[in-house]
Formats: sequence, structure tokens, C-alpha cells
Amino acid sequence: MGDLKRLHRLLMDIDDMLAGCMRCGMCQSVCPVFARTLNEGDVARGKIALLEGLSHQMISDAEGVKCKLDKCLLCGSCSASCPSGVKATDIFLKARAALTEYTGLSPVKKAIFRGTLTHPELFNRLVDMGSKFQGIMTKKANAYHGTSCAPMLSSILGNRQIVPLASKPFRKSHPSMDTPAGKSGLKVAFYPGCLVDKMYTGIGEAVLKVMKHHGVGVFLPANQACCGMPALASGDTKSFEKLVDLNLNCFSGKGFDVLVTPCATCTATLKKVWPMMAENLDMKRRREIDALSAKVMDINQFLVDKVGVRPKDGAEGRAVTFHDPCHLGKSLGVFSQPRTLIQASGRYHIKEMQDANTCCGSGGSFNLQHYETSTQIGQKKRDNIVATQAEIVATGCPACMMQLTDMLASKGDKVRVKHSIELYAETL
Amino acid sequence: MKKNSLVGAFKDLLGAENVMESETDRMNYAYDAAVLAPVMPGLVVRPRNTEDIGAILKLCNENNIPVTVRGAGTNLSGGTIPSMGGLVMLTNGLQRIIEINEADMYAIVEPGVITAQLASAVAAKGLFYPPDPGSQTVSTIAGNVAENAGGLRGLKYGVSKDYVMGMEFYDATGTHVRTGSKTVKCVTGFNLAGLMTASEGCFGVYSQITLKLVPPPKASRSMMAVYDSVDQAAETVAAIIAAKIIPCTLEFMDNFTIRTVEDFAKVGLPTEAKALLLIEVDGHPAQVEDEAAEVETICKANGASRIQVAQNAEERNKVWEARRTALSALAKLRPTTVLEDATVPRSRIPDMVRGLDAIAARHKLTIGTFGHAGDGNLHPTILCDKRDREEWHRVEKGVEEIFELALGMGGTLSGEHGIGLAKAGFMEKEIGRGSIEFSRKIKRAVDPKNILNPGKIIGG
Repeated sequence: MGDLKRLHRLLMDIDDMLAGCMRCGMCQSVCPVFARTLNEGDVARGKIALLEGLSHQMISDAEGVKCKLDKCLLCGSCSASCPSGVKATDIFLKARAALTEYTGLSPVKKAIFRGTLTHPELFNRLVDMGSKFQGIMTKKANAYHGTSCAPMLSSILGNRQIVPLASKPFRKSHPSMDTPAGKSGLKVAFYPGCLVDKMYTGIGEAVLKVMKHHGVGVFLPANQACCGMPALASGDTKSFEKLVDLNLNCFSGKGFDVLVTPCATCTATLKKVWPMMAENLDMKRRREIDALSAKVMDINQFLVDKVGVRPKDGAEGRAVTFHDPCHLGKSLGVFSQPRTLIQASGRYHIKEMQDANTCCGSGGSFNLQHYETSTQIGQKKRDNIVATQAEIVATGCPACMMQLTDMLASKGDKVRVKHSIELYAETL
Repeated sequence: MKKNSLVGAFKDLLGAENVMESETDRMNYAYDAAVLAPVMPGLVVRPRNTEDIGAILKLCNENNIPVTVRGAGTNLSGGTIPSMGGLVMLTNGLQRIIEINEADMYAIVEPGVITAQLASAVAAKGLFYPPDPGSQTVSTIAGNVAENAGGLRGLKYGVSKDYVMGMEFYDATGTHVRTGSKTVKCVTGFNLAGLMTASEGCFGVYSQITLKLVPPPKASRSMMAVYDSVDQAAETVAAIIAAKIIPCTLEFMDNFTIRTVEDFAKVGLPTEAKALLLIEVDGHPAQVEDEAAEVETICKANGASRIQVAQNAEERNKVWEARRTALSALAKLRPTTVLEDATVPRSRIPDMVRGLDAIAARHKLTIGTFGHAGDGNLHPTILCDKRDREEWHRVEKGVEEIFELALGMGGTLSGEHGIGLAKAGFMEKEIGRGSIEFSRKIKRAVDPKNILNPGKIIGG
């Protein structure tokens, strides 16, 4: 256990952010976790009240507060609709860091973040090994979705329908790349993100195909590291800052117009969370982060807003329903662009589901810690998807794809889960 | 309350998962939306069904444990702040709409049904539940009835109390009580539902409420009128009513609010205007046509510098966007938002606005005023930082003077937010000693041990 005085000081640093909450309780209408549990501690107002209680020493149970704070998808629904503009997710990330410093990082997380994630080469080797042995640990569960279950790991993974690791990671096929701008006159830096590298390699391939098609140059530096969100969500600022540094070394000051990612969470992290968490860093790094963050863009947004992809009038073809990832829609305001991309070829048309913009319940490690709640939220999303009778559900975030696949596969639904860039690429 | 055997008794009754005793859980139910200090309860329990409400109350009464009922915790006067070490009963899980009867036009609901969800379920059956408090997307029906919540449609359609036909509740001893009926007429016994409405949890705990429904209006028309003076806007309000027209909404915004909303939402409001009226008439299409034209004429005759009549749903939406964003635009200016609801006879609105300006100047406060001009229920909203003691002291003085100002004009302390803890101390000024004593006699008779939300409304 750490220094209580220091914890109070760290929490007082965010006191201005906390003070903006007027306890109106309107976040109850949008919080997916609260909708399941109806517990005040699960909604933003309740968490903010606990942090104020702790920092003003009305309560002392820091572990208890941390426990409540961890039960949050970080979906940002509360921030997006807060009448007084409270940046709840920013508060939670900063508070998790302060509380984790106080309570200490669990040994497992320490091993994952400090021992593995911050050493990309080791991380890659471990995952590579995992992909070779995963056949032993898992059994095929759903041929349509290509998912497996892992009975031997059921204590950790439950009955999840998991998407297997790629036999050859994307970065192994494409260790690095640097092609000049073509007819578009644009050059992007490409940040695939961990899930695209290690599971959804098809998304990475799709991005390269689309860039080539539009004459966009691609700068894909070696040694990219995780965006840092998993570490930060667990309050591990030390690992987060190391990961930011590793990535800055790859991208900072290099010649490109836009940094694109096909992962909504990576995009939101690079674009918004990095500058937000950089406040305590030195001036030089803050400038580097600000310069890089300003160039970050979601792949859908880049193709529509910069390259000029347009929807085909009266798009018909197969029905696709689109799930708005929280970190794309609510965080970055990107709603129309992926829909435009899907309808660009005329081979697909969008059939909107009810509540397309509500969270799928994934929430990164939330899914591991609170699988039951995560599944309840996910099943509602699944019901909305199935109700559209669309053959395909597209989205813009590999983490959402994992959750949607788990939800649909466990019910035996014949609905394909795709990234919008994959649908677009296959029509070129 | 700390007695373990008692906690065990609640666990036996409700199951351990419905009894919360940790410090964090108790902290989470120590506050509501009023700007008041939190008070830690000793225990938080969740009834699994309406019968549990009676059992919980019985146990509390036998053991002298104060009980505060909580729905969505959106109360603006501290009515849901518990007693120190007392018990909080959460009714937000009791969410069943038991019946929506189209032939007899009523709905029967459990206490935790969310207002907007009931309204939309009722609308799906072609009927209308009009009360629309600002917190309707989260507030519960029981909370609305316990506070007699109002909303934008109060002028024409009335407030929560006008829709309560009957109810079932449990009294302090846990005894089940039924009152009212599904029929329009009912004079069977005392009007206990009337007594229970606006009682802020002091007389009993609702287990089921029967609400009146009405046919929805077939048409509506919205408009915005811009004024160079508050007087002209207020004269317009009086003239509309004098012309025997009752708009369903008749809302007011002062210059400060107009500027703040425009800064924030960029909806094209005239920032130089001294006042805005947002008006909507509804009813039969022919009547709406006539009344809208007449209202437009009245606005012009009373000096409106500009009138904008919404021609379609999109324009209508834009007119109301300004009003919908008013509170949140103001709330973003400073950390603390004190939302008052002192209400005056509508003819006194110009005096009220002038008085509020004077109070703001006297105590160096930032006050934005908007609200329901048609029924005199304005919302002077004080923007401040409660952490600044000196400023907070000025706010407290200002609030006190707002109450005095409203009472001096024959108005009332609270139009729709309730008395709770925040205004209990000012009650005597409005209703007099005798009324408080009478209320206390009733309270003592129905709750001799004073366990039901003690300290609210009548103090003590």
C-alpha cells in the first residue's frame, strides 16, 4: 500500500475536473453498465462522487473506490451526453493511475505490461509461439465464425468464442514499408495496432490494398508498440509512457500527411488520450505528442474526408448493418464515413440497427473482469444486429469485432463480422 | 444501525446481494442533485418486489431506523439525502409497467418506472402522459409523484399531481394501504393519494401508482418571439392568456441565457435580445391554425421585434433546441450550478426578472434566468464554485433573497423541485406557523416514530 497523502494530492490535481459534476444523474440514461445493474457506483456520477469522497477524506477505502472505478467500459457515453461537459473518461483514466500507484499493480498485470507489452520484440515472439500452440489449448467451436473455445483456460476465458491468433502476424509479412505518394498526392503512416497485427491480419492487408488502389504512399515503420490503452486502463502510467516513447521513436518527425489506424481504440488513444496524459511530461515530448496526435485519423475518415471516396447513389446489393464503436463515434465524432465507405461500391447497402451507437460491452479488460455484465450488454447488441436480418455486421474496431463474434457465435447466428475497410477492399 | 444482527436480518429478508453496507456503497447513496453536503447512510437495501417494501418498513419501524427512499436520485432539494446512519431504500429496480388501459385511459406502474419510458410506451398505444420534468429520461414516476414534478407542459396540461388517480403504498409500520381508483370519479374515503402526492417520502412508500392518460394533441405549432425588453415579453404572456389561449408551452429566456446558449450551441439566437419567448400551441389542427395566428398577432402588438414560426419538424426542433440546451450551456460556465425554482404569479415576471438582476448585482453573482413564463415558474440559475467559501456565502445570501423576492410577490418557494432539506427552513415564511404545526400533527399521527425521511419539508 502506498502513501495516502500522495494519493490525496494526486486526486486533488483532478479536483477541478471533478467539481464540474453537478450530480444531475443524467448519465444514468446512457451508461450501458448502469442499465444492467442499476447501481449508483456503476455510473459516472457515482464514481465521481466516490473520488471526491476519497480526495476530501470523507471516505478512506481506496481499494473499494478502485474496484468501482474499474467496473467501467470507458465507452465515453457519459462524457458525450453530460449536460455540464464533465470529461468522465479522462477523469477515470487519471484516477485509475493515481489509485493504482497507491494500491500497486497486480503481479499478473506487472508481468503483462512491464514484462511483455513494453518489449515489443518479446511480445511478438510470445504471441508467435502462442499461435503455434493454440491448437492444443483450444477446440474449434464454431466453423462459420472460425472461433474456438479454450476448455483448459476456462478459468480465465470462460466459454468465450475466441478469434484465433493469426498463423503469421501481419507485421511478420510486412516488417516495414516506405512507398512514395502516388496519384492521390498523399502519404500515410500506418499504425495497424496489436489486434490487426496478431489476429485480424486481413484488415491490415485490406488497408494496404486500398492505399495502393488510391495511390496513397505508405510509411510502415518497424518496432511499433501497443498504443498504451490496456496499460493505462489498468492505471499503469509507467508502461503507458514507455509505449508512447517507443511509438514516438517510430513516427515522430517522419514525413507523412496523416497517421491512419483501422482500430477505433488506437485512434482515440493516439489522438485524444496521449495529449491528455502528456500534461506532466517534459515540453519536448509534449510538443512531439501534440504534433503527432494532430495527424492521427481513423482509416474510414481518411478515405472519405481526404481521399474523397463517395457513396454510390441508390446503393443496393447485400445488406450490411454498422455498429458504431464508442471510440469512433462518441469519442471522435466519426459516424457517416464508415457508412459511406461500405456503400461506395454499390455492392452493399446499410441497414441501420436499433441503437447502433451504443456500446457492445467489450471494453478491453472489462470483458475479462466482468464477463457476465459484458455479455449481457453484448447480447442486447447481438439482438439488435440479428433483428436487421443483415448478412453482415461491419464495424471500425477489432476489439468490437471480437466481442460481436463471441456474441453471435455463441448463439449460432449466421451473420459475418467484418471491418468496413475489408468490405471496401474486396470491391476494388 | 451498525448492529450486525440487524444487517443480518435485512440479508435474511432480501438476500445478501440486495443489502449493501460497504463504505463505497454507502457513499454512493449519500447525495442527490441538490447542492448540499452528502450524508452517509448506514445501510442501502434493494426491495426485490413491491411486497418487500412493506417488510423493510416494518423492520425499520421496529428498530427505529430512519428510511429514505431513492429512485434516480435526481432530486434538486435534498429530499433523497438520507439521515446519518439511516437506511436508503432503492426502488429503481421496480420497473414494471403493469397495465396501459386504452379504453379507460389509465396506466398502472411500479414505482421505479422511468418517466420517459412510460411516456413512450403510452405513446406507442396512441395515448399521452404529459408531465415532462427536465430529468424525465432518468427520473422515476414515484420520484415525480413524491415531488409533484412539473415540466414544460405544466401550463396547459398540469403537473404530476393532476395525473394521479390512485395508488397503493406501505405506511411507516409496513401496512399496505390502497386509495383512489381506475375510475374518473371516486369519492371513496379520504383523498389519501392527494395527501401522499408531494409528500417527499414523509408519509409512506409507494408500491404502485395509477396514472391518468389523455389523448395526444393532433397538431402543434411552435414559434420564437424576440424582445428588446423583458416587460414586453411579460406583457405578451399576459395578453396571450387574456385572449383565452393556453399554449402547451410558453418559455422564457433572459439575455444572459440567450448569449450563453448561442455561444455554446450556435443555433442562431439574437444575442442582443433582452428576452425570448418560445411558444407552442397544440390541439385540433384548425384550432392550432387559429391560435398560432392569434399568438403571432399578440406578440407583434406587444412589441416583439422578430417572430419566427416553425414551418416544419426541423424548424420546430431548432426552436426547442435553444430551450433544451439552456441549463447545460449555463452549467458549463462554472463548476457549481444552483438551479432555483421560486415561482411568482405570471403577471409579476418583469418584477421578478428585475429583482433577480438586482440580487445578482448586489452580491456579485452570475445568474442566468430561463423557465416556464406561462406559469410564472422561472429558473434563476446561479453559476459559481462552491469550493470558494466567500463566493458560496454570497450565493447563500442571494438564494435567501430570491425566496424573499418571490414570497413578497405572492409567489411560492418552489414550483416543482420540492422543499426537502434545502428549503425546509423557509417554509414558515410562506405558509405560517399554523400550517407547519398542522403538517407535523399529521406526520406524528401516521409516522409516530418519525422514521420516514425525517427532517424533510417540515424539519424536526
